[in-house]
Amino acid sequence: MTVELVGLAALMAAVTYPTRALPLLAPGFERLPAWTLTYLRLVGPAMLAALAAVGVLFDADTPGIRIGVELVAVALCVVIVAWRRSLLLGLVVAVGLVAVARATGLG
Amino acid sequence: MTGATPDLRHARRRLLADMSGIAASAFAFGLVFGLSARATGYSPLEAVASSVLVFAGAAQFAAVGLVAAGVGWPLIVLTTFLLNSRHLLYAAALRPWVASRSTAERAAMAHVLTDEAFALASVHFKRLGRPDSRGYWLAAIGAVFIPWNVATIMGVVGGSSIADPTDLGLDVVFPAAMAGIAVALIVGRRELVAAAAGVACAVIVGLAVDPRVGIVAGGLTGPLVGMAVPATPKEAARDASGEPPIGDPLP
Repeated sequence: MTVELVGLAALMAAVTYPTRALPLLAPGFERLPAWTLTYLRLVGPAMLAALAAVGVLFDADTPGIRIGVELVAVALCVVIVAWRRSLLLGLVVAVGLVAVARATGLG
Repeated sequence: MTGATPDLRHARRRLLADMSGIAASAFAFGLVFGLSARATGYSPLEAVASSVLVFAGAAQFAAVGLVAAGVGWPLIVLTTFLLNSRHLLYAAALRPWVASRSTAERAAMAHVLTDEAFALASVHFKRLGRPDSRGYWLAAIGAVFIPWNVATIMGVVGGSSIADPTDLGLDVVFPAAMAGIAVALIVGRRELVAAAAGVACAVIVGLAVDPRVGIVAGGLTGPLVGMAVPATPKEAARDASGEPPIGDPLP
């Protein structure tokens, strides 16, 4: 069993805990400039969208952009989350679509 | 709950009802995290360490994707910090409610302060009109920490019984989950522009340089583009108030 990534988890925890603890333990810390708070607020959607795009469009074995059923599945998930506000439903539909496509030779 | 007043008992019953949906959701995504981590090569110990020590779903999912892409640890840690910096706002909003608790208890409370714990505790305190530290622990541990960690173990260990996850389409879970969470975080025009710019930048840099660089470039420059969009009066008021960006459906 590998343990190397336990070190990564510890480092991630080391930068996560202060964001949760400092305002609770050191009042005033949260009074960052407004532009900083706005930037931090926008990091989540930008970073996660970038991860999704690279995850679905790039393949280590294929140069360039990969367009396939996976892209359709992710787009469907986005539509469902925006429409029904249910990530779970979106994931079930996305996985189901890809599974069916691959089973029938379309994906 | 011995010695609780009728108001407190009633509020805690409502808290338990609120917790049920959150617990189910945390369990489902913990399972998906465990499966994704296993598919990326995490050992059970590594996946559990992530869920126990970091205990921040979006950042944990992001780390799985970045590890799979071969991104170096310093950038993964930076990404984690940026993704979790929203907790500053939660903790700041929660502080007046828990200021009377001991330093040690507040330090412990901080570790389990997630999107869901904040949402549940805030509603519970407002409903009661006063703080209830036992309610906070109930929400944070019962609705999120335990389901998330139990499901992580089940996913990373039970995933070994699945011969080829790609046959079942499980490889699409990660990008779909990232896209879905991003959508859940979009509560205004600026978030939408930041996400779109993040995607555009990630793809362009990914093609021109490397997909791993594209992820970080998109995540860091997307917010700058979003900030260039003039804020609506509602967004300006929200920015000025420091209101936490509730919407992330993960711990």
